[in-house]
Amino acid sequence: MRTRVTLALAMAGLLAGCATTGAGTRTAAAAPPADPYPSTYRAYPGEATALVGATVFDGAGGRIDNGTVLFADGKVVAVGGPDLAIPAQYRRIDGAGKFVTPGVIDVHSHLGDYPTPEVEANSDGNEATSPATPEVWAEHSVWPQDPGFTRALANGGVTALQILPGSANLMGGRSVTLKNVPSRTVQGMKFPGAPYSLKMACGENPKRVYGEKGQMPSTRMGNFAVNRQTWLDAKEYAAGDRQKRDLAKETLAGVLDGRILVQNHCYRADEMALVIDMAKEMGYKVTAFHHAVESYKIADLLRENDICSAVWADWYGFKMEAYDAIPENAALLAQSGACVIIHSDDANGIQRLNQEAAKAQADGRRMGIDIPDAQVVGWFTLNAAKAMGIDKVTGSLEGGKMADLVLWNGNPLSVYSRPEKVWIDGALMYDALDRERRPVSDFELGQPGEGDVK
Amino acid sequence: MIARLLLGAALAASAVPAAAQDFVVNNARLVLGDGSDPIEGGHVVVRGGKVVEAGAGSASSATGLPVIDAQGKWVTPGLFAAMTDLGLWDVEAVDESNDTRPRGSPFGAALDVAPAINAASEPIEITRAAGITRATVTAYPGSTIFAGQGAVIDLGADPQAVEKARAFQFVVLGEQGARIAGRSRIAAHAALRNALREASDLSTRQDLSAAQDPRLAGSSAERPSDTLLTRFDAAALVPVVTGRQPLYVGVDRAADIRSVLALRQEFPKLDLVLVGAAEGWLVADEIAAARVPVLAQALLDLPAAFETLASTQSNIGRMQDAGVKVAIGGFWSTSTYARWETQFAGNLVALNKLPGAAGLSWGEAFAAISSVPAEISGMGGKAGVLKPGAHGDVVIWDGDPLELSSAPLRIFVDGVEQPLDNHQTRLRERYRTPAPGDLPKAYDW
Repeated sequence: MRTRVTLALAMAGLLAGCATTGAGTRTAAAAPPADPYPSTYRAYPGEATALVGATVFDGAGGRIDNGTVLFADGKVVAVGGPDLAIPAQYRRIDGAGKFVTPGVIDVHSHLGDYPTPEVEANSDGNEATSPATPEVWAEHSVWPQDPGFTRALANGGVTALQILPGSANLMGGRSVTLKNVPSRTVQGMKFPGAPYSLKMACGENPKRVYGEKGQMPSTRMGNFAVNRQTWLDAKEYAAGDRQKRDLAKETLAGVLDGRILVQNHCYRADEMALVIDMAKEMGYKVTAFHHAVESYKIADLLRENDICSAVWADWYGFKMEAYDAIPENAALLAQSGACVIIHSDDANGIQRLNQEAAKAQADGRRMGIDIPDAQVVGWFTLNAAKAMGIDKVTGSLEGGKMADLVLWNGNPLSVYSRPEKVWIDGALMYDALDRERRPVSDFELGQPGEGDVK
Repeated sequence: MIARLLLGAALAASAVPAAAQDFVVNNARLVLGDGSDPIEGGHVVVRGGKVVEAGAGSASSATGLPVIDAQGKWVTPGLFAAMTDLGLWDVEAVDESNDTRPRGSPFGAALDVAPAINAASEPIEITRAAGITRATVTAYPGSTIFAGQGAVIDLGADPQAVEKARAFQFVVLGEQGARIAGRSRIAAHAALRNALREASDLSTRQDLSAAQDPRLAGSSAERPSDTLLTRFDAAALVPVVTGRQPLYVGVDRAADIRSVLALRQEFPKLDLVLVGAAEGWLVADEIAAARVPVLAQALLDLPAAFETLASTQSNIGRMQDAGVKVAIGGFWSTSTYARWETQFAGNLVALNKLPGAAGLSWGEAFAAISSVPAEISGMGGKAGVLKPGAHGDVVIWDGDPLELSSAPLRIFVDGVEQPLDNHQTRLRERYRTPAPGDLPKAYDW
């Protein structure tokens, strides 16, 4: 009964928290620690390409019918209409009847940390031994051979994703942002220059995990008490000379400095409001609430505090804090002018972020909220990039940005469409029409199903 | 106070079953559900809670029935969701509300979901609003490899959900069965064979073999001294071993599927249905030859376990191409909500554009969530189709039912129009604007 296993994983994932962005309330007393596990990612070779004739959604709300997208040397060169001049040496790809979007970005994934096969030996997503573990880093758990990365690419058009620790802990640790390019090492996938996030979690998961162990926190008030004391201790550390290495406090000081974002798992509206106040009390900022199924109840508060909501389209009822989830959540947020992201938290869901966004759009339309396709595409491209701190370099199709893009064989908001080609930094990493442009992880070599269309 | 009036109507609808309406739907883009292409300008006639006519053209005005003009919209049979846990929980992670796993019970095969099903649970209301009007419901295994006996239900807004109790027995093999039976597939097979032999032995008793429900028949407790099963469990398996009740077997790996098909050499009357079959495409010819139907998930494509290494979204398409009767089925919680059936089916249509993939045609995909799961569930001709004699389950959609943007506009179950509101729709209306007005939100209902 595979679904049960999947569910167990999903629930484990739900334990993971969200992150907040540091507001930079204090001046950094010392230089950030040098990057000890630096990215070794290098773009693979690509060719100068002109996608012509497709409908282009640029990720920033723009739509160009019969558009032209030029990219070369790993970067978007220009985006325009049919009259955009195409340099002679560019390879032309006819996109008539097709659609182009930026690469899909998932702000909430556990690929690599909770890989398939879902066996205990590979389960590395929650350091559930202490309620606050800001010292752990998700990248130290990522198994780059997780076959889930390849499915996210081929079926989901995913070009970048943030791997978060799970939500067992109030402070789960640091995230890592990856390019969805296979590599022998996690360093080879690390998104160059992407900031870290701290994963936090409020609500049921931390109090359950530690309450069952008979330790604090076992209540929501316990959650806040542990959080607040941990922040107070971190502020003291941050105000000092920071000379003695303390991995946990280095992460928290990074948040207080504004260098590390905060991704905060939080379902209920009342709890999100409390977390916002806690962030103000302690001097940091929440970047995004994840799994924020009740955001619609406080859309105004989230807009005023400039906090994104990373949500599913229509997950419902699997736990008590999801009992008031409604499928119009994303649309109500968008109508209020608050930031919307469609996230997965799921190795299957990451393959269909475009479809989840389409459902959320349709549910809004039925209640009278009409959100154009071009804006909806931003829910799984640019808005995710913003919450991950990489929107200056990816997430939309603009000259100078990374050439991360997807050619879909139909409107990506239709169930009948699939990625046909996916480029990452201008390199063709997936082609539905070319069996050789389909990655196969080490794990799957020589085993049943190797290299199948999946 | 529109909302209050609507609520009153909804309460009335759920408290007292409304009478079936007789009506005609004309001018429909009509989908019969049997795999055929949609019929432009079709009609359907429902009388006495049953479909009496469906096909091309308009219904004769001589019927004298109220006419619904579908205005060219899609009209389909209600969808059928095979193998759900609908009605068995309110909130999955809240143990008190969740009846799906009888872990503390000494019983297995004898367990019966029917008396536990809550027709008024939110999961049923939300699923109904997605156009699903019939389903099978199963629990999961507790202390034995047998999950017990599942039911066929309708999702109508009335207290009478169970259409057929004890419609099938569900047993799990593979990794899950192995874990329960003694941490080995070897143990699971021994447990299964022992159980079926005890049932065979019991079935030779005159007072049990003829009984409609052997669990409740027979007064003698006399059995051989080395039995493992409780009498209740052994008696519950008599209909299985005698072929009167289908045995659903949860299994994924190709090798495990072969072992299931081989069971018929020892127990020739078994009426088998495979549930899961993630690697079914590798043994599709053998499944087809054995004439064993399959309920499979549509979009599994990860090696989530060593028994699903060959998972692919082409599994259903390839099995169908090989002649297997296969439907989309297996809807358990967040990864596979039953209300996502249309999305799953639409994705299988999308595969047709991918070289090397095996998808379904639109008609086949719709049948895979309507008539085919109904047939496999013993409801052939009664559910998932618009043909004379079938339940009057009719859905009028605002677009292509397999498309992400579409949803039901009107839903009829047994000819009774269904309410579309629920906890979610009430929240939606309350929070159209998040900030409170002159009174707190709690006064807005």
